[in-house]
Amino acid sequence: MAVSELTLAAEQHAHAVTTEASGAVLENSWLLIALPLVGAAILLLGGRRTNSWGHWLAVALPLASFGWAVAALLHMLGAPPEERSYAVPVYTWFSVGGFDAEVSLLLDPLSISFALLITGVGSLIHIYSVGYMAHDDRRRRFFAYLNLFVAAMLVLVLADNYALLFLGWEGVGLASYLLIGFWQHKDSAAVAAKKAFLVNRVGDMGLLIAIMLMFTTFGTVAFHDVFGAAGEAGQGLMTAIGLLLLLGACGKSAQLPLQSWLLDAMEGPTPVSALIHAATMVTAGVYLIVRSGAVFEAAPAAQLTVAIVGAATLLAGAIIGCAKDDIKKALAGSTMSQIGYMTMAAGLGPIGYAAAIAHLITHGFFKAGLFLGAGSVMHGMNDEVDMRRYGGLRGAMPVTFATFGLGYLAIIGFPLLSGWWTKEGIIAAAFESGGAAGMVFGAAALLGAGLTAFYMTRVMIMTFFGKRRWADDAHPHESPASMTVPMIVLAVGSVALGAALVFGYRFAAFLEPAIGAPEHHHAFSMATMLTSWPSLAALGLMVLGVATAWFMYGRREVARTAPRAGLVTAAARNELYGNAINEGLLMRPGQQVARALAAFDTSVVDGLVNGIGTSVRDSSRGLRGAQTGFARTYALTMLFGAAIVVATLAVRI
Amino acid sequence: MELYAPIFVLAAIGAAFVVVSMVVGSIAGPKRYNRAKLQAYECGIEPTPQPAGGGRFTIKYYLTAMLFIVFDIEIIFLYPWAVHFDELGVFGLIAMVLFLVNVSIAYAYEWRRGGLEWE
Amino acid sequence: MSTPLLVTAAPTITENPPQIDYWLLSPMLVVFGAAVIGVLVEAFVPAARRRAVQLGLALAAVAAAFVLSILIVGALPADGPGETLAFGSVAVDRVSVFLQGSVLVLGFVSLLLIAENRRGESAFAAQAAAVPGSEEEREHVMAGSQHTEVYPLVLFALLGMQLFPAANDFLTMFVALEVMSLPLYLLCGLARRRRLFSQEAAVKYFLLGAFSSAFFLFGIAMVYGYAGSVNFAEVAAAVREGGGPLFADGGGRPLLLLGIGLIAVGLLFKVGAVPFHNWKPDVYQGAPTPITALMASCTLVAAFGALLRVFYVPFGGSAADWAPMLWVVAILTMVLAAVVAVTQRDIKRLLAYSSVVHAGFVLTAVVAASPEGLAGAMFYLAAYGFTTIGAFAVVTLVRTHENGPEAGELSQWAGLGRTSPLLAGALALFLLAFAGIPLTSGFIGKFAVFEAAMAAGAAPLVVVGVLSSAVTAFFYVRIIVLMFFADPAETGPTVVRAGLFTGSAIAIGVAATFLLGVYPTPVLDHLLPQPGTEQGESLVATAEGSAG
Repeated sequence: MAVSELTLAAEQHAHAVTTEASGAVLENSWLLIALPLVGAAILLLGGRRTNSWGHWLAVALPLASFGWAVAALLHMLGAPPEERSYAVPVYTWFSVGGFDAEVSLLLDPLSISFALLITGVGSLIHIYSVGYMAHDDRRRRFFAYLNLFVAAMLVLVLADNYALLFLGWEGVGLASYLLIGFWQHKDSAAVAAKKAFLVNRVGDMGLLIAIMLMFTTFGTVAFHDVFGAAGEAGQGLMTAIGLLLLLGACGKSAQLPLQSWLLDAMEGPTPVSALIHAATMVTAGVYLIVRSGAVFEAAPAAQLTVAIVGAATLLAGAIIGCAKDDIKKALAGSTMSQIGYMTMAAGLGPIGYAAAIAHLITHGFFKAGLFLGAGSVMHGMNDEVDMRRYGGLRGAMPVTFATFGLGYLAIIGFPLLSGWWTKEGIIAAAFESGGAAGMVFGAAALLGAGLTAFYMTRVMIMTFFGKRRWADDAHPHESPASMTVPMIVLAVGSVALGAALVFGYRFAAFLEPAIGAPEHHHAFSMATMLTSWPSLAALGLMVLGVATAWFMYGRREVARTAPRAGLVTAAARNELYGNAINEGLLMRPGQQVARALAAFDTSVVDGLVNGIGTSVRDSSRGLRGAQTGFARTYALTMLFGAAIVVATLAVRI
Repeated sequence: MELYAPIFVLAAIGAAFVVVSMVVGSIAGPKRYNRAKLQAYECGIEPTPQPAGGGRFTIKYYLTAMLFIVFDIEIIFLYPWAVHFDELGVFGLIAMVLFLVNVSIAYAYEWRRGGLEWE
Repeated sequence: MSTPLLVTAAPTITENPPQIDYWLLSPMLVVFGAAVIGVLVEAFVPAARRRAVQLGLALAAVAAAFVLSILIVGALPADGPGETLAFGSVAVDRVSVFLQGSVLVLGFVSLLLIAENRRGESAFAAQAAAVPGSEEEREHVMAGSQHTEVYPLVLFALLGMQLFPAANDFLTMFVALEVMSLPLYLLCGLARRRRLFSQEAAVKYFLLGAFSSAFFLFGIAMVYGYAGSVNFAEVAAAVREGGGPLFADGGGRPLLLLGIGLIAVGLLFKVGAVPFHNWKPDVYQGAPTPITALMASCTLVAAFGALLRVFYVPFGGSAADWAPMLWVVAILTMVLAAVVAVTQRDIKRLLAYSSVVHAGFVLTAVVAASPEGLAGAMFYLAAYGFTTIGAFAVVTLVRTHENGPEAGELSQWAGLGRTSPLLAGALALFLLAFAGIPLTSGFIGKFAVFEAAMAAGAAPLVVVGVLSSAVTAFFYVRIIVLMFFADPAETGPTVVRAGLFTGSAIAIGVAATFLLGVYPTPVLDHLLPQPGTEQGESLVATAEGSAG
């Protein structure tokens, strides 16, 4: 791509002209959503008849969606960059009076990137699940929910307005709820599902109120119109909308202060953790913030809050990841932390958008790979999740070890692997955003890099190296091909994708028509990446983190039970007391306030607020008295009614 | 409003007749009560003791009565048609035959289901 | 007022016998023929085979009539609303054919419910003439007697419902009203369980129905006195000109207004608007549930069809007179019924009050007196019909115990979502549609009628409607919460397995509720006047004399 072309695109406004989609592939891109949705419907409605072949159908449909997305991408690449935003009218929902409700999709570089991630990683995880869930007698239902999730997630990212986005948003919430509680016979799973549901409701309320505010302000919720008018609305209003959107994003993406559900969500089957709670759904918040870039541009205060929330979460997640002995919870802490990186980058404005999305994509690969690896380990170890019972598994599970290892190297930012490219992008963007805030965010990102290296090395060592600390009945073995093949594919992605995206500024240029370009962009050249001081610092911290972990867990014997912990470790093990804080800060005072309000209510407000309900009920009871059951009373009522009717007409004489 | 005047006059005369005749009857008529006179009018049926079945009339009375009304109405429909038979022509004939057929179908139903049997 | 969708014409009496286009009447003739044959089947087919024959006949006739309706609507001239037939007594236009089609489809689904036979036990009494609880009744139950007369009765009722919204003069309309009502009175008294309750419902419905018919007939007399005709086109002309031949000086207004009022009473009774609604909860609760489904769907469609035609065609010229009256009735209906529904404890009574509230919503569209109002009301009626049949179908499956009567008490429905998730899920969808939640047909229907009322300047009515929706949403959601989040009651109900017929009825209800909510455009476009073919006001006025 010529430099002049790039500048041309960059000079244009953040949101390029949206053209009507043409050609069979783009016009019918609603099929992306319809295919997995049909799968879910067939599996749920088909009942037991689909038991024998249903899961293969459920694998085939997201794969077909992926194929379609690839075709759409190729079409898109065939067009000049500023025309790569397509409106895809699906149908007119209804049209009454002067009001037209259209359902249409928006296909642009940002949404197609997500669609590819969702269908690509999603398909791999579907394949993996065929092996992982082979012995579950509710497998059909599991695959139906997975397909439902894929469809809802695609609605979320392909919507061209906030209302449709919200439909997808709720859809993924529902699928997530169903899948976390999939093993509902376990109490902990049912409780975790409920918790995820409740915490997400708080976020959803924020998003919903934001959408209502937008509708009352702009009279529309379509992206194009809202973003076009965002600059003209008042600063205070836009800040409110931005903060409410952030609240929604925090709920879905497990950012502070709504992070508490994600660790519990690990009660779901591991493929679910990989797909929904690592690779895709939890990144929806980042998508929302990047997509709503124009809103945040008009509300700097909200934008700064986004970055602060991201930075705080990236550190909190990393600290939690350092102390967890449950392999999935350690990875979940890591997910929180990595999404914190993305959120922080998204809060930096246009300079960080491309970095955030690039990291989101590569993270989708290596984190999914890590989770699938963890699932493979659990599969071989009788569903044991305590890393203190692992150790020395590299011999027993060579493929898992190799793929997990590559994912590990990617996430800690080993040079030239995927994570290195994209995380360096975020760190560089933070420092480049300038000012004291930029320094603080950059420092947090660097510190996070060191912590990441520490806790991931800890996971790696405790699982695959050292002495065997297995339970007596454990006979670890490599998983079947249906599980290892997806892991290998994801490992390849973990190694190569970052370079493919970042090298030569390719991905950022691709995204530019959708998210806009920073005034001056950071040059992702190999030379600067290897010589700039933040990069070198990150590399140094990474080595330091690995070395510390090696000294603590590699050199020393790992105890089979968790040793007594110091203050910091105890805090981290308890998820930094997130639940206690929630309880202390929100639930208890909430209850107190509720109790006080209830007292106030019964004494004072009763006549006003509650009174409406009561008076409706009382008048209802009273009116019920008119329904005596006697035909004579009814006839009399009719007579009175007739008198009323005639009287209202008689006044017209 | 004068269009309505006759209606009001008629209504007034009707009401007056009722009131006057009741008042005159109660004043002028002799009052000699006996057992039979104090009984409710039930067309010759003893109100007490009640007949079997809790004072119900057997449904056969109603069946017969309904059948009577149906044929009554049939005759009433036939009259005007008969008067203008020649003017109504084939159309009128077909219409009337269809009407008669419909009535007989209902009659056939009652006959086949034993509605005409009096035990 | 411009209502280019409705046709009307005055009769021209000639010396020659009338030419009647039987083709356009064929949907009604097929149903009528099947009903008459049904009576013959009762007379001549052995008892053991009657049910199969009657059911096949009824379903085939209704399906055939529906196909004929589709063909007719396709053959209607593109440049006009339709034609009138038989001395201008029947109007065949897009509105009447759509309403007839709705009645037929909804009637078909109701027939499925009516046909449900569980181990030889239907929803209907074995021998309705037997004294409840008597030895004779027991004998009939043991012998497995059935009232297969139900099918021809339903067909006669459907015939009346087809004719009711298509009538183009008041006498035809009255005949249709009676043809529709008499079989329903009878059917209401045929419940297998709680026989006395059912008979009480039938007697009440009959007495009050007769009372309302008297109002209707009296109103017709007044209008006849005013206009000198019962034909809609001539009444419309008289209303426009300020009086019929008798009242050239314009002195007949009291007669007209009294006529409008009394006719309105008769029609408002049939749709169950407050204060003519008292019969609904009692009758809906007492009648056999499949018949309740029939009444709640088909009767409501037919009655509103007639109401729309009466107020839009003959009385269209005096909308300013009747609109305030309908305002009052609509507000009373939406408010009072919603409030009373809050404390209902029986699911069938609750659905009955819900039906009353919905009648209030549709009335807001009638008040609009515009083509959009007409379209909105018709869409609402069709959509509501499917949903309500589905809801009553669910009610038939929830019993107090195996082989027991229906569990009407709402408290018994607690926790149903855990024991029978599919059934409770279907009911939840229907309730959400009643509440008007987006992606259900109820939302589109409400949007359409409120939009029409809004455009006609009836904003206060819309505000009342929205508030009333909020109150009704409260008790619909309460049922959903009860089913899914409450612990199952100790005396929990038994859910009997849905047979093929009931299962199909529920499935059709779910599919229609969902499809009409997600993709209502084909139906809405069919109903709304197309911008290119609008005929203007002249159609109602000048079609006189073009009788077939």
